[in-house]
Amino acid sequence: MSQPLVEARGLTRYFAQRGGLFLRRSQYVHALERVNLTVRQGETLGVVGESGCGKTTLGRCILRLIEPTAGEVLFEGVNLLTLSRQEMRQRRRNMQMVFQSPYSSLDPRFSVLNLIAEPIVTHTDLKGKALMARVEELLARVGMEGDYLYRYPHEFSGGQLQRIAVARSLALNPRFLVLDEPTSALDVSVQAQILNLLQQLQRELGLTYLFISHDLSVVQHISNRIAVMYLGRVVELSTTDGIFYGAHHPYTEALLSSTPVLDPALRRERIILEGSVPSPANPPSGCRFHPRCPKVMSICSQVEPELEDIGGGHLVACHLVSGGNIETILSPRAKRSGAKGLLATSVRDSSLHSVPLRMTSSCLVESRRT
Amino acid sequence: MSEPLVSIENLHVRFRTYAGQVYAVNGVTFDIRRGETFGLVGETGCGKSVTGLSLLRLVPPPGEIVAGRITFDGQDILSLSEQEMRNIRGARIAMIFQDPAASLNPVFTVGEQVDMVIRQHQPVRRRAARQRTLEMLEAVGLPAPPQIVGAYPHELSGGMQQRVMIALALASNASLLIADEPTTDLDVTIQAQILALLVKLQKTHSLSILLITHNLGVVAETCDRVGVLYAGNLVEVGRTADVFQAMKHPYTQALLAAIPRPGSHGQLLPAIPGSVPSGLERIPGCAFHLRCPFIMEVCQTEKPPLLTVGEEHTVACHLYHNRPTQERGNEPAAG
Repeated sequence: MSQPLVEARGLTRYFAQRGGLFLRRSQYVHALERVNLTVRQGETLGVVGESGCGKTTLGRCILRLIEPTAGEVLFEGVNLLTLSRQEMRQRRRNMQMVFQSPYSSLDPRFSVLNLIAEPIVTHTDLKGKALMARVEELLARVGMEGDYLYRYPHEFSGGQLQRIAVARSLALNPRFLVLDEPTSALDVSVQAQILNLLQQLQRELGLTYLFISHDLSVVQHISNRIAVMYLGRVVELSTTDGIFYGAHHPYTEALLSSTPVLDPALRRERIILEGSVPSPANPPSGCRFHPRCPKVMSICSQVEPELEDIGGGHLVACHLVSGGNIETILSPRAKRSGAKGLLATSVRDSSLHSVPLRMTSSCLVESRRT
Repeated sequence: MSEPLVSIENLHVRFRTYAGQVYAVNGVTFDIRRGETFGLVGETGCGKSVTGLSLLRLVPPPGEIVAGRITFDGQDILSLSEQEMRNIRGARIAMIFQDPAASLNPVFTVGEQVDMVIRQHQPVRRRAARQRTLEMLEAVGLPAPPQIVGAYPHELSGGMQQRVMIALALASNASLLIADEPTTDLDVTIQAQILALLVKLQKTHSLSILLITHNLGVVAETCDRVGVLYAGNLVEVGRTADVFQAMKHPYTQALLAAIPRPGSHGQLLPAIPGSVPSGLERIPGCAFHLRCPFIMEVCQTEKPPLLTVGEEHTVACHLYHNRPTQERGNEPAAG
């Protein structure tokens, strides 16, 4: 469980944006800025954030579908970014992606057989009956028994298409899947079916997931750990309970508070952030969240906070935390959420005391390597 | 309580397509009271948007309202002439949509568009209209209205565009606002802003709101009463608190149970088997019987009527026939 399978170090991606007369002026959209994270063997790491926070770019950079501008991606200790095309192609068998909309990720002119067989034909020598049997086996795995091989995408519902997309991603027995908003295009009742399928497959096949979503309740449901992103940076990373019951970053708190809860009795004062996410082409100085932060301090606009371990692997990038003032950072949500929250708080506090040395995330990476 | 602002009775909407007749709305009945927020919730294709459009008689062809009665403030909407209808649309009943970018005109500035709506409905001069535009933009919480009036829609973010849409809707003192998935395309922090704005404006402008959404969380947070639609049928209506705490219809129960919530981590979700019917075939009896865990014989043949199961709480399900309210107990088990 604790063995890292995928590791991103200082992952950065800028997109050039041209404009002005004759497109001579170019500026850079900072989609990802020095992101460090580890996905452990067999776990689900959830990535949440609002549109434009870089979560999709992160997923794609990790699979090298987009070339990162800087940084490293280690898959089983091998830096993918130094591999040749040929070597990368070999590696890709182990890592696959499921996209948000199966309507656009599945070619409408391909039958189900061809859709699922394509990666197998590309990478292996399987042919004829054996190939067909393999495709049928994959379809059965995703709960689609029956006569589907010669049918086309338009004949299926969204939920069925997403099952086919999952079957296709499993065709080469990958170990790592990047799931980019796999249920966002689906209705709640179908979303539940797909989430169950993903959990079941993970258990049966020992898969590792990077699960990208904007929906906190979905991420909470499926993830072991969660990374919260804002404007290209990871601002908080912890276990699911650590994020939900012991959030430290003001952005995480606001995000949790903005998510509607399913109980009318719990209508509450929310933390409503002002304004909207600034343009990543021109991110604010210092902490990128400072213009919207309800707890902004003078240092926030000048110095960019780095991820720090506040104990138990809970990483936060916020000056409130590095200031060490525990009283002001006690999350109001933890206080509100009663016994469970209090429990999480006390556990967190004790773990804080047991870690006298505060380590930055990069130190952590170093220590894990040695 | 005074008479409801809107009352919809036995509404049937049908689409004639090449593939056959699509039964989009099959006998929907509910009221919207003055000053309340009524939530209409359901999955894709359940007929919630079509119901909203019916109120404005804007169901796009080949759709048509084939039966039913819609009363708005004492007027029978379905018998008005097109001219009379135009005086209601925008002026008395306003509507905002999911995608504000598609609803705003890209070639006019925000100010021109709001001015146009004001001058359409009120006999005011340009300058007075602009003054009112600035007030409206201020009221919907847009920063620096004098700059926003000169901006084109593409220069604004999604949340700001939706605020402009709300300003347009309110520019004419409408008494009913139909909000069709107003926050679906927005991020959660922006969604929270827009919902808070709607709640605030409802009080200051004494609005009634019909909030159409697929998000049960949004309903729980904002609506006074809620109606749950399934395949064109209203299956449950009640006060939000009652419906969420003691939902009666198997579909409502299954829908709520299928949503991941804190504490559900690691468990399998109770998913609803199968998928939503297409509307092309007419399902005999209860529309949900094909997916219902409590199916009985009567469900396959007879369409259940709306039965009263509590104060202001009605449900269309045969399970609740001939049962005194006290004995209902908790079956089928809630959640």
